[in-house]
Amino acid sequence: MDFAVVVIVEILYAVASLALISAGLAVVFGMMRVINLAHGEFLMLGGYSAIVAVKAGINIYVAMLVVAPLVVGILGLIVERLVIRFLYGRMLDTMLATWGLSLLLTGLVTMIFGNTTTGISTPISGYRVGAYQLSGYNLFIIVAGVLVMAGILLTLRYTRVGLIARGAMQSPDMASGLGHNPQRIYMITFTVGAALSGLAGGILAPLTGLTPTTGGLYVAKAFITVISGGAAVVAGTLSSASLFGTITQVVTLSSTPVWGDVAMLIAAVILLRLLPQGITGRFFRRQV
Amino acid sequence: MTLDRRTFLAGSAAASIAATIAGRAMAQGATIDVASIHDLSGIFDAYGKPMEKAMQLAIDEINAAGGLAGKQVKEISYDTQSQIPLYTQFGQQAALKDKVAVVMGGILSASREAIRPTLKRFNTLYFYNTQYEGGVCDRNIFCTGVTPSQSVEALIPYAMSRWGKKAYILAADYNYGQIIAKWVQHYVKMNGGETLQVDFFPLDVSDFGATIAKIQAAKPDFVVSALVGGAHLSFYRQWAAAGMKSRIPMASTTLGVGNEQIVLTKEEGDGILLAYNWSAEIDTPANKAFLAAWAKKFGQADVKEIHELAVATYQGMMLWAAAVKKAGTADRMKVIEALETGLSIEGPGGKITVDPKTHHCTLDVVVMEIKDQKLTVVKQIPQVPPLDTQAVCDLKANPNSNVQHEIKI
Amino acid sequence: MTGMSERNRHLIVLGIGLILLFGLPWVVDVVTLLELTIYIVYALFALSLGFIWGHGGILCFGQAAFFGLGAYTYAVAAINVGESSGPFLLAILLPAAFAALLGAMMFYGRLSDVYLGVITLVVALILFKFVNSTANETYVIGQARLGGFNGIPGFPTLNWPGDPSAPLMPDEMFYLAMGLLIAVYFGLHGLLRSRFGRIVVAIRENELRAELLGYDVRLYKTAVFAIGGGIAGLAGVLFANWGNFVSPGVFGLAQSATAIIWVIVGGLGTLIGPIVGAVLIQFLTTQLGQQSVVNNAFVLGLILVLVVLLLPKGLMPTLGQLFSRGRRK
Repeated sequence: MDFAVVVIVEILYAVASLALISAGLAVVFGMMRVINLAHGEFLMLGGYSAIVAVKAGINIYVAMLVVAPLVVGILGLIVERLVIRFLYGRMLDTMLATWGLSLLLTGLVTMIFGNTTTGISTPISGYRVGAYQLSGYNLFIIVAGVLVMAGILLTLRYTRVGLIARGAMQSPDMASGLGHNPQRIYMITFTVGAALSGLAGGILAPLTGLTPTTGGLYVAKAFITVISGGAAVVAGTLSSASLFGTITQVVTLSSTPVWGDVAMLIAAVILLRLLPQGITGRFFRRQV
Repeated sequence: MTLDRRTFLAGSAAASIAATIAGRAMAQGATIDVASIHDLSGIFDAYGKPMEKAMQLAIDEINAAGGLAGKQVKEISYDTQSQIPLYTQFGQQAALKDKVAVVMGGILSASREAIRPTLKRFNTLYFYNTQYEGGVCDRNIFCTGVTPSQSVEALIPYAMSRWGKKAYILAADYNYGQIIAKWVQHYVKMNGGETLQVDFFPLDVSDFGATIAKIQAAKPDFVVSALVGGAHLSFYRQWAAAGMKSRIPMASTTLGVGNEQIVLTKEEGDGILLAYNWSAEIDTPANKAFLAAWAKKFGQADVKEIHELAVATYQGMMLWAAAVKKAGTADRMKVIEALETGLSIEGPGGKITVDPKTHHCTLDVVVMEIKDQKLTVVKQIPQVPPLDTQAVCDLKANPNSNVQHEIKI
Repeated sequence: MTGMSERNRHLIVLGIGLILLFGLPWVVDVVTLLELTIYIVYALFALSLGFIWGHGGILCFGQAAFFGLGAYTYAVAAINVGESSGPFLLAILLPAAFAALLGAMMFYGRLSDVYLGVITLVVALILFKFVNSTANETYVIGQARLGGFNGIPGFPTLNWPGDPSAPLMPDEMFYLAMGLLIAVYFGLHGLLRSRFGRIVVAIRENELRAELLGYDVRLYKTAVFAIGGGIAGLAGVLFANWGNFVSPGVFGLAQSATAIIWVIVGGLGTLIGPIVGAVLIQFLTTQLGQQSVVNNAFVLGLILVLVVLLLPKGLMPTLGQLFSRGRRK
């Protein structure tokens, strides 16, 4: 019975962390059809910002939840103005430019911080479920994942800002005819997406040994989750994250993490073969 | 390893031309050249950089004392960027182009096996100065690092005497991890214990949540970790985060060789047991002189970068230098024969003696515990011979052997 | 390059190729020849991607899957067989067959652009993760241990056909690689001018129209993909022989990513572009790797961003435009 609880918590944690790392990419892809392959580096920079802030004495929660998204959000703004802005509508070119960006950022961070592993410890201690010890931080991540997803959903669906954003994505001409500036909307959306990536990176920083190349580990998973989810931002990411997170964790618990990863990849192949437009290409079509 | 993405890009397989230019620029015969082939960048640079510095320090001391066989010693340094294929490449270069007298290099066991056959083929002497899983039987190589019958044999009985009989093993998924896991199981069994489970993890795995749950389900008395590298460091973090640190104790055959205890916090590292050859606390004149010389050359702040592998590299260089002095020449076979007389030196880690049958070394072993991000000595075992390799390798009887024996359990 | 007839262009390229092929071994030493050989191997790999992408319209994110399959197939087969001719052929056919199967699965499922890219990425990733975890001694094919992260070192390299005791020397390897590059390059040009090639280009231009005209788009795309896979496999074999070592990195994300960069920088839509891009970028990478002032990932990334922003067509087509504009003056 205890083990069942552990399994459930582990699965929820896997889903939440997948959702978190994919959120930024999903916003940018779902809203603007821009594939930001520097997403992994945004995560990594979020992590580094949090670590630097903590080492400078800032409270760890502030560092993770405020400093990290702020820093990466600003970076996202700069990137959008300098690079992405010229490449809207050219999906392939944005992919390549952001790929170059990811190399650039990795190199930059290596030059500044060096290549050694760094990190901070988790602020929340473990707790007991029957005979098992669990990491309290996993719960924090689950909560964070839920809040972030809920936040995006509520913003897009129920606020004016969200409405304008969605409208501009669907039809920029109509939106500008109604007096809104699509360019500005794109800029803000990309910045928000970057900030989300930074937030995820900050939250995940206490769990891993962070190096300049850590971004590469995340970007493949995020990319696969977002594409498999389909065009809808929240519904797509949540559905694919739930599916893949569950599969990964169940297989990992039964065998090894390698097979867990491989199982997720195989599931992605099968899914895309059956639903070539992603999950929300077929189901949950009307959702955000 | 996906984490090599950027470093792979940076380190494409084409050889480093500058090194060849350096090789060509050097006048033939005026110096004795030694090659350093280590990871000076990429994810294993924390291991490699101090090792190369140790070589520089050794060379400075050798040259200050008059050089070897009337010539000064010169270092040619290659950076393998944490990529295994570059070891093969640079090995070829060092042997064919630079024609060095000896190569000091290799960190991961995979890197050793990528370079060892090449250096043997081109008749270039090779020193491997990293603690590893034992068993290499090759007359062209000298291994100065601790092997399981030295480290694991000291570590496991001590851990078991403190904690209990049931072990759970985690290991990195490559040749070192696979073989060392077998050795740990061997010693656990020999001391009347039981191995509950062995799990392997590729070097880029950083999410150990499920593993921690599984360990708890198995209820071991202690955990043995043979995890390697930056991503695996997350395990110790997540373990402490789950509050497991105070509930199940841990020993490791790898933690600490790269000074990882400094990266971990006190809560994450305290209490973990290790066993190697060297500790900064060893109170001998040789060790004190070594630490002082390092501080003088690289600065006092750099002294904390010294780790087991750096000391082993220093000791390897000094051993080789002693052999060249004894032989009167840097010629490969003469140096090998000088070493095979059972040559020994006094290093920072104690007395090191070459075993002629296996080309491994008899060393002092220290069992240590991490405390306040430092390695404190809890037990010292002097002059342990490399029994594991001695059981399977006899270079006097088979001088042409070119294999690595793997333990069968 | 407009303004110059295609035939003249081909002659110039052929001329340069032959001069390099026969001339270089006389001019440079063995170690440099070895370095040049790896450039050729990468150029071949880039060519495979440039062909399926620029002419077939298939963006494959996991071309390294076939590269790696070629390398590993050769290593495993060479250890088991001993003589290299069979393994050489097998290592080209197996990736091609795998590509055909994968292609059939994707194209008959009507997958396109991004989703296609993701599946190819995932397949390469699966191969990588699988091979990376085979360090245990139970993973054996015949006499060859897969080795996992450690890779497979020291397998028999290519020998003169039929004579296992006569392995190819470095300069002979160069001749082989360079000769194959030239052959494949002109072979692909010939293919593109044939009926098959014209249909393939038509499909890339407008898939719907080609289909309405009665051509089986899925079949042609699968065939193109298979050819690309085979060429990548060939590059893999040469790579394995060049270093006498294979490791899971040949399947890696970085390897696929680098190939894409080569093609983009060199010029998508041409065949000479990927070759030039590969050689240029690899040369730059090597040069950068030797200085430690600026990190080379940084410079490479900067170049890529600048190329995308300023030279959207890539190097060769832009040069061609400049050249033809200059001529017209």
